Amino acid sequence: MSESPAKSAMQDGLAFERPLNELQNRIDELRKLNVGSHLELTGEIEALEERLKKQTAEVYAQLSPWERVNVARHAERPLTSDYIQLMLDDFVELHGDRVFGDDRAIVTGLASMGGVRFLLVGHRKGKTVKDRLACNFGCAHPEGYRKAMQKMRMAEKWKLPIVTFINTPGAYPGIGAEERGQASAIARNILEMFDLKVPIISVVIGEGGSGGALGIGVGDRVGMLENSYYSVISPEGCAAILWKSGDKAPEAAEALKLTSKDLLRLGLVDKVIDEPAGGAHRDQKGAVERVKAQILGWLQELQALPTAELLEQRYRKFRGMGQPLPG
Amino acid sequence: MAWTRFGKKKDMPGGLWIKCESCGAMLFRKDFEQKNRVCGSCGYHFTLPARERIAITVDPGSFDELWQDLRAQDLLGFNDRVPYAEKLVQTKQKTGESDAMVCGTAKVKGVACAVGVMNFQFLGGSMGMVVGEKIALLCEHALKTRLPVVLFACSGGARMHEGAVSLMQMAKTCGALQRLNAAGVPTISVMTHPTTGGVTASFASVCDLLIAEPGALIGFAGPRVIATTIKKELPKGFQRSEFLLEKGQIDRIVPRAQLRDELGRMLAYATGADPVAAYKPQAVPATGESETPPAPEDDNPKKKPKAKKA
Repeated sequence: MSESPAKSAMQDGLAFERPLNELQNRIDELRKLNVGSHLELTGEIEALEERLKKQTAEVYAQLSPWERVNVARHAERPLTSDYIQLMLDDFVELHGDRVFGDDRAIVTGLASMGGVRFLLVGHRKGKTVKDRLACNFGCAHPEGYRKAMQKMRMAEKWKLPIVTFINTPGAYPGIGAEERGQASAIARNILEMFDLKVPIISVVIGEGGSGGALGIGVGDRVGMLENSYYSVISPEGCAAILWKSGDKAPEAAEALKLTSKDLLRLGLVDKVIDEPAGGAHRDQKGAVERVKAQILGWLQELQALPTAELLEQRYRKFRGMGQPLPG
Repeated sequence: MAWTRFGKKKDMPGGLWIKCESCGAMLFRKDFEQKNRVCGSCGYHFTLPARERIAITVDPGSFDELWQDLRAQDLLGFNDRVPYAEKLVQTKQKTGESDAMVCGTAKVKGVACAVGVMNFQFLGGSMGMVVGEKIALLCEHALKTRLPVVLFACSGGARMHEGAVSLMQMAKTCGALQRLNAAGVPTISVMTHPTTGGVTASFASVCDLLIAEPGALIGFAGPRVIATTIKKELPKGFQRSEFLLEKGQIDRIVPRAQLRDELGRMLAYATGADPVAAYKPQAVPATGESETPPAPEDDNPKKKPKAKKA
């Protein structure tokens, strides 16, 4: 799936982190020395910190699309579970699709934040090895999508807005998933989300993997964290098909125009949410705060709209994506 | 999600004989074409070009094409080995079509409807902005006129060359179909070989009726992707129409030779016309009523085209 420890040198999309980490380590060491000894290192530490700040900003401003894909998959990057913990005042998880099972790759529940209540739906990847396996690395089965829709219908009835967090490499390609109608579960979700009579906000917080992402992604407002990606196919999959080689993933990532800035330019998302310097994994709290502020702002905006207007705008928004030439 | 290159070798040059992809039988070309590209030996349904599909489905002379000239923009500047913009021009020259979808209004067994047919010959029937736009336009036209909609899917999935723009066509088409649901306009999806990826995961799976031709590959992920992921061999008949029927995913399997009659019958139910009259095998413009209604011929599961057994 997304993290494999033994990547080839060329595939290692996080090599750019190494000098930054080395610098950080040096600063940490000097700090330790500074405390225990009579050496006067404060000046040097400050200089190094300044250098790190500058270098981080420079490196992150110039990341290639493939490097951003790797930041989006970074092991320390905040997951839906981190947002639940750091952002919400209260969370009541609701399980199960009422038909087949409880897919742990998608979490749903009642959420409260800054006095606002909503339904939270999000892909769940898991932190520990055990969790990751239980969550199938964020690759949902049909019952996950059906659970999401069942809860979203309930939210509609209770007049609660819906917030979805997208972070999946893609919906799971397996035998059981096909038997139980993976395609139909996703299609049904996409269709019914156009019919939900409450505001919907979607935020891509890491990986926006194709139909598996869009299956909970039809929002009145769609935001993307700066270093997340959203794509019709994984760079690896695209490279295997069009370049006939999985090694060409960096080229495919470039060609697919999958970064947040690309999606904004193409009019496919409404907003890029800036991450703290050096990515969300360097400052989880900072990232979560920014997402929280954006959600609260959008909720206020959307709740002022009459329902008919809300649904009309939702349709118009997706209807306008990708306009062909007249001939 | 994205299209892969199923059965590239299907564009046969003008040879006299054709080898069946499924059973290997040698088929006399003329005979094969007369059977609408169904193998006379094993019943395998070959992929049908959009224009041929229309010709065997709608009442002669009833098809009025709409939005014929819409063509894609290369918003990404996509370039794998050939730039996408160039690939579009080449494919248009080769196929005579401007993209992978042909839409219009027509009559099927006397019932007026809005029809959309995917064309596999055009970049694997992949769905990009033109396919999405045409389906949305067709649905909006149907919403105004209240014509029932019939969509023929035949596609490897979303068109990678259009990146996330192609992904969003899944939302565009589903949004348009949702409006038909709200307005009570009937929709029928016919899934033909192959129907996979973003097409299956959007408009093709959310119509009122889901019909499939026998033996069609229908699924979300391609079989190769699944086999690689699970590192196991896939069961025989996996993701074929008969498998989907057994798993409760589709309403009916209809062989190509009966599809026109069956569609007429279902459209009659959908629109208030007489299904018995519409289903008469030889199309007499539906006025008189048949004295002996046709025998219900395929509700016996044993007569269903068999899933290939191991």
